[in-house]
Amino acid sequence: MTLGQIIALFMGSVFVQNFIFSRFLGLCPYVGVSKDTPSAMGMGFAVVFVMTTASAVTWILYRYILIPFDLTYLKIVAFILVIASFVQFVEMFLKKTFPALHRSLGIYLPLITTNCAVLGVAFLNITQFESESYGFAKSTLQGFFAGIGFMLAMLIMSGIREKLEYAEIPESMKGLAIVFVTAGLISIAFLGFSGFKL
Amino acid sequence: MEREEKSNTGYLKELTKGFIRENPIFVLCLGLCPTLAVSNLVENAFGMGIAFFFVLLCSNITISLVQKLIPDEVRIPCFIVIIASFVTVASLLMQWFIPDVYARMSLYINLIVVNCIILGRAEAFASKNNVFRSMLDAIGMGIGFTAGLFIISAIREVTGFGTFLGFRLIPENIKPITIMILAPGAFFTIGFLMALFNLIRIKKGKVSK
Repeated sequence: MTLGQIIALFMGSVFVQNFIFSRFLGLCPYVGVSKDTPSAMGMGFAVVFVMTTASAVTWILYRYILIPFDLTYLKIVAFILVIASFVQFVEMFLKKTFPALHRSLGIYLPLITTNCAVLGVAFLNITQFESESYGFAKSTLQGFFAGIGFMLAMLIMSGIREKLEYAEIPESMKGLAIVFVTAGLISIAFLGFSGFKL
Repeated sequence: MEREEKSNTGYLKELTKGFIRENPIFVLCLGLCPTLAVSNLVENAFGMGIAFFFVLLCSNITISLVQKLIPDEVRIPCFIVIIASFVTVASLLMQWFIPDVYARMSLYINLIVVNCIILGRAEAFASKNNVFRSMLDAIGMGIGFTAGLFIISAIREVTGFGTFLGFRLIPENIKPITIMILAPGAFFTIGFLMALFNLIRIKKGKVSK
């Protein structure tokens, strides 16, 4: 695996195919938790962590258990169970060993189980890198970079929403409507990266 | 007699609440990811709507049937496994019957499993009500979701491609607004539709006062 491939993966998952602005994955936490920057940061870190580790775990599960035993049709059930129990495990582990970190991430962790970005990246990994060499490293990196892309989108949005609090918005556009229109405008900016290849 | 009538109107309410009052997309704001991702063509939206409807109906019925058997502490994992099994069924069926639609959106079909609407209905409704009520609830919510998806995809396909289900509506010499079928178009459409829903609600509130 060369440095060029790593940079291509980075640009691809953070900018060109950002999980929120071009793949529409993980929108529920995105609009739900992006009201202020500290909680956006917390959610972002939790997502980066879970996405990276979940990518690694699900890739191993798929490659070394589901494929040899010819059980690939069970992948939806297997992945969601693994991710749900994994998130639970991470929460218990953090509570015991890093109580401070658990206090800041704690409330976001259970929400991540139903974050479609986590399951989405697991499915993307196995379709993209199923037969490639270094599949494990690529999957894990893709999970990590996709998490970074998610965090970037969260931070941009939370910054704008903090300013929107003081803006004069028409009555009917208040709430989520203005958030979606804003997301559309950011998404136009991210379109500028499309066609960018390394 | 009076009691029976009351329960009948209750059933009707169960069915129609998903259409507008508790529309899953525009009012409850749930299940947005597949809504935005597959709504660039009406055909895709129908595929998604059918798969979603199937999974919601089957999981609601099953969960209301087995609600007494599931211990309270492990109910969420149980719900997820039931939903995931039906998603697998739906995705295998679609792969067989409509392979070209499935190929375009297989990722989002698989992701029905983490759709908040389905888990939300299971937790909030099917685990507490009888089979018939859960079925009506699923039908109402399914229709509300499919209708929402249909509206968004119709707007995007007509403005972005100038076609509707493949038929040309806008003459070819008028250039369609390409951005509507790209990612930003989805955000704009749903943002303005939500504003429209809010506007209607505000107007109604003023009239009743």
